[in-house]
Amino acid sequence: MKISLEKAKQICTKSQYGEATWWELLQLNVYLFFSKECSDFSTKNKKLTSLCERAGLDTLSEDDKENMKELLKKRQ
Amino acid sequence: MAAYKLNPDSWVDLYADYLFNYAIARVSDAEIAKDLVQETFFAGLNSAKNYKGDAAERTWLIAILKRKVIDYYRKSNSKKGKAEVRMGYNTDAESEGDWLEEQVADPFSKDGDSRMENEELGLAIEECIAKLPKKQSLVFKMKTIQGMSTEDICNELGINPSNLWVMIHRARTSLMGCMNQTWF
Repeated sequence: MKISLEKAKQICTKSQYGEATWWELLQLNVYLFFSKECSDFSTKNKKLTSLCERAGLDTLSEDDKENMKELLKKRQ
Repeated sequence: MAAYKLNPDSWVDLYADYLFNYAIARVSDAEIAKDLVQETFFAGLNSAKNYKGDAAERTWLIAILKRKVIDYYRKSNSKKGKAEVRMGYNTDAESEGDWLEEQVADPFSKDGDSRMENEELGLAIEECIAKLPKKQSLVFKMKTIQGMSTEDICNELGINPSNLWVMIHRARTSLMGCMNQTWF
């Protein structure tokens, strides 16, 4: 049942994507109860998720980037 | 001596997404935004000899992109005869006479402010993502921005799920540190 702080933080990150198992969530919740550091991290992690959602970020695909690189190379 | 130097070989990796987000917020079309970013890089190459090194590379590229966006609107506005104004008048008999009031902007609306703040936020996140190691940034973008499944990312990058979660975790921890002062 006992996990390290680093492992608890990793589970916290995984849970932000809804991919932590129930067992991992149980371990995390126990940790959150006792560790202020983990609890602070969890609060920031949730905030980061909401900031990313609010920003509505877009990204170019890797293919688009490769094309851009090729075209830039040709022009140099 | 110049404070900054141009390195066109790393432009796409470092600035393409940042410029893309800047452009898409202004033209609201992914294809046009992509073309504008490409044109910005070309224009950057063409005017590299004029770069004095006083401003950071990204600031300089953004300045070029701003002009590209203005040019884009200038061109689309100059297509004479193609401009068309459509107004959605309410034809419902019961609400006759109300249409003018409905067209007036709501002075209490905060849509504009929040859009600007979200754009600023998006650019701040992009700026921090650009500081991550390349693989961390790639995995973070695939998972968080593109919403790809863990399995697909692992297959595409040849990594296992625990590697993926370690990378995402490190990326998020760095991002929290990077954005801490302004946004948390």
